[in-house]
Amino acid sequence: MTPAAADRAEYVLRLGDDALIAAQRLSQWCARAPELEEDIALANIALDQLGAARLLLSYAGELAGAGRTEDDLAFLRDPPAFRNCLLVELPNGDFAHTMARLLILSAYQRLLYDWLVAVADERLAGIGAKARKESAYHLDHATQWTLRLGDGTAESHRRMQAAVDALWPYTAELFAPDPLCQRLDEAGYGVDPATLRDAWLVAVEPVLAEATLRRPVDGPAMTGGRHGRHTEHLSHLLNEMQVVHRAHPGASW
Amino acid sequence: MTEWSEPLWEVFVRPRRGLAHTHVGSLHAPDAAMALRNARDVYTRRQEGVSIWVVPAAAVTASSPAEKDAFFDPAADKAYRHPTFYPVPEGTPHL
Repeated sequence: MTPAAADRAEYVLRLGDDALIAAQRLSQWCARAPELEEDIALANIALDQLGAARLLLSYAGELAGAGRTEDDLAFLRDPPAFRNCLLVELPNGDFAHTMARLLILSAYQRLLYDWLVAVADERLAGIGAKARKESAYHLDHATQWTLRLGDGTAESHRRMQAAVDALWPYTAELFAPDPLCQRLDEAGYGVDPATLRDAWLVAVEPVLAEATLRRPVDGPAMTGGRHGRHTEHLSHLLNEMQVVHRAHPGASW
Repeated sequence: MTEWSEPLWEVFVRPRRGLAHTHVGSLHAPDAAMALRNARDVYTRRQEGVSIWVVPAAAVTASSPAEKDAFFDPAADKAYRHPTFYPVPEGTPHL
Protein backbone atom coordinates (compact mmCIF):
# COMPACT_ATOMS: atom_id res chain seq x y z
CA MET A 1 0.00 0.00 0.00
CA THR A 2 1.32 3.42 -0.91
CA PRO A 3 1.85 5.54 2.20
CA ALA A 4 0.02 8.84 2.59
CA ALA A 5 1.38 11.63 0.42
CA ALA A 6 1.68 13.86 3.49
CA ASP A 7 3.99 11.32 5.14
CA ARG A 8 6.11 11.04 2.02
CA ALA A 9 6.28 14.82 1.64
CA GLU A 10 7.40 15.23 5.25
CA TYR A 11 10.08 12.57 4.82
CA VAL A 12 11.49 14.04 1.61
CA LEU A 13 11.40 17.49 3.18
CA ARG A 14 13.68 16.28 5.98
CA LEU A 15 16.22 14.96 3.49
CA GLY A 16 16.01 18.12 1.42
CA ASP A 17 16.40 20.44 4.40
CA ASP A 18 19.49 18.55 5.59
CA ALA A 19 21.07 19.07 2.18
CA LEU A 20 19.96 22.69 1.84
CA ILE A 21 21.25 23.86 5.22
CA ALA A 22 24.49 21.89 4.79
CA ALA A 23 24.97 23.61 1.42
CA GLN A 24 24.42 27.06 2.92
CA ARG A 25 26.89 26.43 5.75
CA LEU A 26 29.57 25.05 3.42
CA SER A 27 29.16 27.93 1.01
CA GLN A 28 30.09 30.30 3.84
CA TRP A 29 33.66 29.03 3.40
CA CYS A 30 33.76 30.47 -0.10
CA ALA A 31 36.81 32.79 -0.37
CA ARG A 32 37.75 31.95 3.25
CA ALA A 33 39.25 28.45 2.99
CA PRO A 34 42.90 27.90 3.99
CA GLU A 35 44.00 27.41 0.38
CA LEU A 36 42.55 28.10 -3.04
CA GLU A 37 42.33 24.37 -3.78
CA GLU A 38 40.33 23.72 -0.60
CA ASP A 39 38.13 26.70 -1.37
CA ILE A 40 37.13 25.13 -4.67
CA ALA A 41 36.68 21.70 -3.07
CA LEU A 42 34.33 23.05 -0.40
CA ALA A 43 32.36 25.06 -2.94
CA ASN A 44 32.02 21.92 -5.07
CA ILE A 45 30.69 19.98 -2.13
CA ALA A 46 28.30 22.80 -1.24
CA LEU A 47 26.98 22.76 -4.81
CA ASP A 48 26.51 18.98 -4.67
CA GLN A 49 24.43 19.42 -1.52
CA LEU A 50 22.47 22.22 -3.14
CA GLY A 51 21.81 20.07 -6.19
CA ALA A 52 20.39 17.29 -4.03
CA ALA A 53 18.40 19.84 -2.02
CA ARG A 54 16.78 21.24 -5.15
CA LEU A 55 15.68 17.81 -6.37
CA LEU A 56 14.38 16.83 -2.94
CA LEU A 57 12.58 20.08 -2.17
CA SER A 58 10.95 20.19 -5.61
CA TYR A 59 9.69 16.68 -5.03
CA ALA A 60 8.56 17.43 -1.47
CA GLY A 61 6.58 20.38 -2.81
CA GLU A 62 4.88 18.20 -5.42
CA LEU A 63 4.04 15.47 -2.90
CA ALA A 64 2.53 17.99 -0.47
CA GLY A 65 0.22 19.13 -3.27
CA ALA A 66 -0.05 22.73 -2.12
CA GLY A 67 1.68 24.07 -5.20
CA ARG A 68 4.86 25.12 -3.42
CA THR A 69 8.06 25.19 -5.45
CA GLU A 70 11.61 24.52 -4.30
CA ASP A 71 12.09 28.30 -3.97
CA ASP A 72 8.94 28.68 -1.87
CA LEU A 73 10.18 25.97 0.46
CA ALA A 74 13.72 27.29 0.71
CA PHE A 75 13.03 30.99 1.00
CA LEU A 76 9.57 31.46 2.46
CA ARG A 77 9.51 29.15 5.46
CA ASP A 78 10.34 30.27 9.00
CA PRO A 79 12.69 28.24 11.24
CA PRO A 80 10.00 26.08 12.95
CA ALA A 81 8.91 24.80 9.52
CA PHE A 82 12.38 23.48 8.72
CA ARG A 83 12.97 19.77 9.29
CA ASN A 84 16.77 19.56 9.10
CA CYS A 85 18.83 17.92 11.83
CA LEU A 86 20.55 20.27 14.27
CA LEU A 87 23.97 19.06 13.13
CA VAL A 88 23.85 20.91 9.81
CA GLU A 89 22.70 24.26 11.22
CA LEU A 90 25.51 24.66 13.77
CA PRO A 91 28.07 27.34 12.89
CA ASN A 92 31.08 26.22 10.87
CA GLY A 93 33.55 26.75 13.69
CA ASP A 94 37.16 26.25 12.65
CA PHE A 95 38.26 24.11 9.72
CA ALA A 96 38.48 21.02 11.94
CA HIS A 97 34.84 21.52 12.99
CA THR A 98 33.79 21.80 9.37
CA MET A 99 35.63 18.61 8.46
CA ALA A 100 34.31 16.70 11.48
CA ARG A 101 30.77 17.67 10.54
CA LEU A 102 31.33 16.71 6.92
CA LEU A 103 32.67 13.34 8.03
CA ILE A 104 29.62 12.70 10.23
CA LEU A 105 27.13 13.98 7.67
CA SER A 106 28.57 12.43 4.51
CA ALA A 107 29.01 9.00 6.13
CA TYR A 108 25.32 9.17 7.05
CA GLN A 109 24.15 10.52 3.69
CA ARG A 110 26.22 7.96 1.83
CA LEU A 111 24.46 5.10 3.62
CA LEU A 112 21.07 6.73 3.36
CA TYR A 113 21.31 7.42 -0.37
CA ASP A 114 22.65 3.90 -0.95
CA TRP A 115 19.49 2.49 0.58
CA LEU A 116 17.21 5.00 -1.13
CA VAL A 117 18.27 3.57 -4.48
CA ALA A 118 16.22 0.47 -3.63
CA VAL A 119 12.97 2.13 -2.50
CA ALA A 120 9.73 1.67 -4.42
CA ASP A 121 9.46 5.41 -5.04
CA GLU A 122 11.31 5.65 -8.35
CA ARG A 123 11.80 9.39 -8.20
CA LEU A 124 13.42 9.16 -4.77
CA ALA A 125 15.50 6.18 -5.91
CA GLY A 126 16.78 8.25 -8.81
CA ILE A 127 17.80 11.09 -6.51
CA GLY A 128 19.59 8.56 -4.28
CA ALA A 129 21.45 7.10 -7.27
CA LYS A 130 22.74 10.53 -8.25
CA ALA A 131 23.56 11.76 -4.76
CA ARG A 132 25.34 8.69 -3.43
CA LYS A 133 28.31 9.13 -5.75
CA GLU A 134 28.63 12.71 -4.58
CA SER A 135 28.37 11.68 -0.95
CA ALA A 136 31.10 9.10 -1.48
CA TYR A 137 33.40 11.90 -2.57
CA HIS A 138 32.41 14.15 0.33
CA LEU A 139 33.19 11.30 2.71
CA ASP A 140 36.55 10.76 1.09
CA HIS A 141 37.41 14.45 1.36
CA ALA A 142 36.41 14.65 5.02
CA THR A 143 38.28 11.42 5.76
CA GLN A 144 41.49 12.72 4.19
CA TRP A 145 41.41 15.86 6.31
CA THR A 146 40.37 14.08 9.51
CA LEU A 147 43.39 11.79 9.16
CA ARG A 148 45.78 14.65 8.47
CA LEU A 149 44.52 16.93 11.20
CA GLY A 150 43.98 14.19 13.80
CA ASP A 151 47.37 12.62 13.17
CA GLY A 152 49.10 15.91 12.37
CA THR A 153 50.57 18.42 14.80
CA ALA A 154 49.67 18.69 18.48
CA GLU A 155 47.55 21.75 17.69
CA SER A 156 45.70 20.16 14.76
CA HIS A 157 45.07 17.03 16.85
CA ARG A 158 43.70 19.13 19.71
CA ARG A 159 41.34 21.01 17.39
CA MET A 160 40.16 17.89 15.56
CA GLN A 161 39.45 16.08 18.84
CA ALA A 162 37.59 19.12 20.18
CA ALA A 163 35.48 19.21 17.02
CA VAL A 164 34.55 15.53 17.19
CA ASP A 165 33.74 15.85 20.90
CA ALA A 166 31.58 18.93 20.32
CA LEU A 167 29.59 17.42 17.44
CA TRP A 168 29.14 13.87 18.71
CA PRO A 169 26.00 14.66 20.79
CA TYR A 170 24.36 15.80 17.53
CA THR A 171 24.91 12.48 15.78
CA ALA A 172 22.16 10.69 17.71
CA GLU A 173 19.47 12.75 16.02
CA LEU A 174 20.46 11.36 12.63
CA PHE A 175 19.53 7.86 13.76
CA ALA A 176 16.71 8.60 16.18
CA PRO A 177 13.84 6.08 15.87
CA ASP A 178 10.83 7.80 14.39
CA PRO A 179 7.31 6.46 13.66
CA LEU A 180 7.10 8.31 10.33
CA CYS A 181 10.34 6.81 9.01
CA GLN A 182 9.39 3.38 10.30
CA ARG A 183 6.04 3.48 8.47
CA LEU A 184 7.70 4.52 5.23
CA ASP A 185 10.47 1.96 5.60
CA GLU A 186 7.95 -0.85 6.07
CA ALA A 187 6.06 0.26 2.99
CA GLY A 188 9.27 0.48 0.97
CA TYR A 189 9.07 4.25 0.51
CA GLY A 190 11.90 5.37 2.73
CA VAL A 191 14.70 4.29 5.02
CA ASP A 192 14.40 4.06 8.79
CA PRO A 193 17.59 5.90 9.83
CA ALA A 194 17.76 3.90 13.08
CA THR A 195 18.82 0.91 10.95
CA LEU A 196 21.82 2.84 9.61
CA ARG A 197 23.60 3.57 12.88
CA ASP A 198 25.65 0.36 13.09
CA ALA A 199 26.89 0.71 9.52
CA TRP A 200 27.63 4.39 10.18
CA LEU A 201 29.78 3.51 13.17
CA VAL A 202 31.60 0.93 11.07
CA ALA A 203 32.38 3.72 8.59
CA VAL A 204 33.34 6.44 11.07
CA GLU A 205 35.08 4.68 13.95
CA PRO A 206 38.04 3.36 11.93
CA VAL A 207 38.67 6.85 10.55
CA LEU A 208 38.78 8.28 14.08
CA ALA A 209 41.06 5.46 15.22
CA GLU A 210 43.46 5.90 12.31
CA ALA A 211 43.46 9.64 12.96
CA THR A 212 44.49 8.87 16.58
CA LEU A 213 41.26 10.45 17.78
CA ARG A 214 39.24 9.26 20.76
CA ARG A 215 35.75 8.11 19.87
CA PRO A 216 33.50 10.10 22.21
CA VAL A 217 31.25 8.34 24.68
CA ASP A 218 27.57 8.35 23.73
CA GLY A 219 25.89 10.77 26.15
CA PRO A 220 22.80 12.96 26.13
CA ALA A 221 21.54 13.57 22.59
CA MET A 222 20.81 16.96 21.05
CA THR A 223 17.59 16.61 19.06
CA GLY A 224 14.51 18.52 17.95
CA GLY A 225 15.29 19.57 14.39
CA ARG A 226 13.04 16.97 12.78
CA HIS A 227 10.12 18.52 14.66
CA GLY A 228 11.01 22.14 14.01
CA ARG A 229 12.74 22.86 17.33
CA HIS A 230 15.95 24.49 16.20
CA THR A 231 18.88 26.38 17.66
CA GLU A 232 19.10 30.14 17.22
CA HIS A 233 21.82 29.51 14.64
CA LEU A 234 19.22 28.45 12.07
CA SER A 235 17.42 31.78 12.39
CA HIS A 236 20.59 33.70 11.59
CA LEU A 237 21.40 31.38 8.71
CA LEU A 238 17.91 31.73 7.21
CA ASN A 239 17.95 35.50 7.64
CA GLU A 240 20.97 35.71 5.39
CA MET A 241 19.80 33.05 2.95
CA GLN A 242 16.27 34.40 2.53
CA VAL A 243 16.71 38.16 2.70
CA VAL A 244 16.98 38.84 -1.03
CA HIS A 245 14.09 36.59 -1.96
CA ARG A 246 11.86 38.09 0.69
CA ALA A 247 12.82 41.65 -0.21
CA HIS A 248 12.12 41.06 -3.91
CA PRO A 249 9.36 38.44 -4.17
CA GLY A 250 9.21 36.77 -7.54
CA ALA A 251 12.32 38.49 -8.89
CA SER A 252 14.43 36.56 -11.37
CA TRP A 253 17.92 36.97 -12.79
CA MET B 1 44.32 33.17 1.92
CA THR B 2 47.14 32.65 4.39
CA GLU B 3 50.81 32.93 3.57
CA TRP B 4 51.86 29.40 4.53
CA SER B 5 52.22 27.22 1.54
CA GLU B 6 52.18 23.57 0.68
CA PRO B 7 54.33 21.83 -1.96
CA LEU B 8 53.56 22.49 -5.61
CA TRP B 9 52.29 19.70 -7.87
CA GLU B 10 52.05 19.55 -11.66
CA VAL B 11 48.77 18.13 -12.94
CA PHE B 12 48.28 16.01 -16.07
CA VAL B 13 44.81 15.05 -17.27
CA ARG B 14 43.82 12.49 -19.89
CA PRO B 15 40.74 13.90 -21.60
CA ARG B 16 39.47 10.50 -22.76
CA ARG B 17 40.57 6.95 -23.44
CA GLY B 18 43.20 6.65 -26.13
CA LEU B 19 44.63 10.13 -25.68
CA ALA B 20 47.77 10.98 -23.72
CA HIS B 21 47.81 12.79 -20.39
CA THR B 22 48.32 16.50 -21.02
CA HIS B 23 49.72 19.08 -18.65
CA VAL B 24 46.86 21.30 -17.49
CA GLY B 25 48.38 23.33 -14.67
CA SER B 26 49.63 23.11 -11.12
CA LEU B 27 48.32 23.31 -7.58
CA HIS B 28 49.32 23.16 -3.92
CA ALA B 29 48.69 20.17 -1.68
CA PRO B 30 50.29 18.70 1.46
CA ASP B 31 50.84 15.27 -0.10
CA ALA B 32 50.16 13.15 -3.19
CA ALA B 33 46.77 11.85 -2.07
CA MET B 34 45.47 15.35 -1.45
CA ALA B 35 47.06 16.62 -4.65
CA LEU B 36 45.09 14.04 -6.62
CA ARG B 37 41.85 15.08 -4.96
CA ASN B 38 42.55 18.77 -5.38
CA ALA B 39 43.30 18.14 -9.05
CA ARG B 40 39.93 16.43 -9.39
CA ASP B 41 38.22 19.48 -7.93
CA VAL B 42 40.23 22.16 -9.71
CA TYR B 43 40.74 20.63 -13.15
CA THR B 44 38.00 18.07 -13.87
CA ARG B 45 34.86 19.79 -12.59
CA ARG B 46 33.50 20.14 -16.11
CA GLN B 47 34.14 16.59 -17.26
CA GLU B 48 37.57 17.41 -18.65
CA GLY B 49 39.07 14.03 -17.94
CA VAL B 50 38.99 10.33 -17.18
CA SER B 51 42.41 10.02 -15.55
CA ILE B 52 44.73 12.30 -13.56
CA TRP B 53 48.45 12.23 -12.81
CA VAL B 54 50.04 14.49 -10.22
CA VAL B 55 53.81 14.93 -10.11
CA PRO B 56 55.82 16.90 -7.53
CA ALA B 57 56.88 20.07 -9.31
CA ALA B 58 60.29 19.63 -7.65
CA ALA B 59 60.71 16.37 -9.58
CA VAL B 60 60.52 18.14 -12.93
CA THR B 61 63.86 19.01 -14.53
CA ALA B 62 63.20 21.85 -16.94
CA SER B 63 65.28 23.34 -19.71
CA SER B 64 66.57 26.80 -18.94
CA PRO B 65 65.37 29.84 -20.87
CA ALA B 66 69.06 30.90 -21.01
CA GLU B 67 69.83 27.76 -23.00
CA LYS B 68 67.04 28.35 -25.48
CA ASP B 69 69.30 29.30 -28.41
CA ALA B 70 71.66 26.37 -27.95
CA PHE B 71 68.81 23.93 -27.36
CA PHE B 72 66.31 24.82 -30.03
CA ASP B 73 67.68 27.14 -32.71
CA PRO B 74 69.94 24.53 -34.42
CA ALA B 75 66.82 22.65 -35.50
CA ALA B 76 65.48 25.66 -37.37
CA ASP B 77 67.35 25.17 -40.67
CA LYS B 78 67.22 21.39 -40.89
CA ALA B 79 64.07 20.91 -42.88
CA TYR B 80 65.38 17.56 -44.08
CA ARG B 81 64.52 16.14 -40.68
CA HIS B 82 60.84 16.49 -41.47
CA PRO B 83 59.40 13.45 -43.21
CA THR B 84 58.25 15.54 -46.16
CA PHE B 85 60.67 14.34 -48.86
CA TYR B 86 58.99 11.06 -49.64
CA PRO B 87 56.50 10.60 -52.48
CA VAL B 88 53.21 9.45 -51.00
CA PRO B 89 51.47 6.79 -53.10
CA GLU B 90 48.09 7.80 -54.46
CA GLY B 91 45.17 6.76 -52.31
CA THR B 92 47.13 6.11 -49.11
CA PRO B 93 44.75 6.90 -46.27
CA HIS B 94 45.57 8.56 -42.94
CA LEU B 95 48.64 10.50 -44.13
